[in-house]
Amino acid sequence: MALRLRKNQVEEIIRHAREEYPNECCGLLAGKDGVVEEVYRGTNVDHSPFTYLMDPAEQLKFFKEIEAKGWELVGIYHSHTHSQAYPSRTDVEKAFYPEAIYVIVSLQDQQNPVIRAFRILDGKISEEDVEVQEG
Amino acid sequence: MKKMPAQVYLPTPLRRYTGGEAKVIVDAATVGELLESLERKFPGILSQLCDESGEVRSFINIFVNGTEIRQLQGKDTSLADGDEVSIIPAMAGGEPPVWSRE
Repeated sequence: MALRLRKNQVEEIIRHAREEYPNECCGLLAGKDGVVEEVYRGTNVDHSPFTYLMDPAEQLKFFKEIEAKGWELVGIYHSHTHSQAYPSRTDVEKAFYPEAIYVIVSLQDQQNPVIRAFRILDGKISEEDVEVQEG
Repeated sequence: MKKMPAQVYLPTPLRRYTGGEAKVIVDAATVGELLESLERKFPGILSQLCDESGEVRSFINIFVNGTEIRQLQGKDTSLADGDEVSIIPAMAGGEPPVWSRE
């Protein structure tokens, strides 16, 4: 199942990644059936260029909001500030949400951010299409 | 201590153990008892939440009415009637900075 985002949501994720640079950013994508309705900016409590850990209390708050709106967790995004948009070994080891699509935005080439999406299931990575719609 | 019914909220990765249920009710006087009650109801779930020595795994956060149990009394945190417990696996990852030192 492809991940479907609107153009302004893609821009929001890239803006978040740039604002946190050189640290990694992280956040949630909520919606239905792979279609993103809202981007939730998370706080990377590691404040690190190499790791992220979303503030767990904030994560709980987002989950409640998402549930109250009748949405589901579609994806989890984070940035790679110095490497390509592909899951690292740690990303795979810490992929505790196999139902979610893991979205990585790379700022390796700062002028040309790259967004890619993956499923990480039992340690195996498979790429998902990212469909961007106008809006 | 008297066992009280607590509502437990579980996000998607843990719902495979509860037949898809996001909210379950279990009777327990403490968080530790609640984890054991969950295992009796939903076999297999406990090993996801605790390690072999019974400690809550580092990437698992357990909230009682919104406060993480590591800021309370851990597994000994007592529960009152109607308390809401949320069990939330962390969202984490990263790029080991090994290459940057080369």
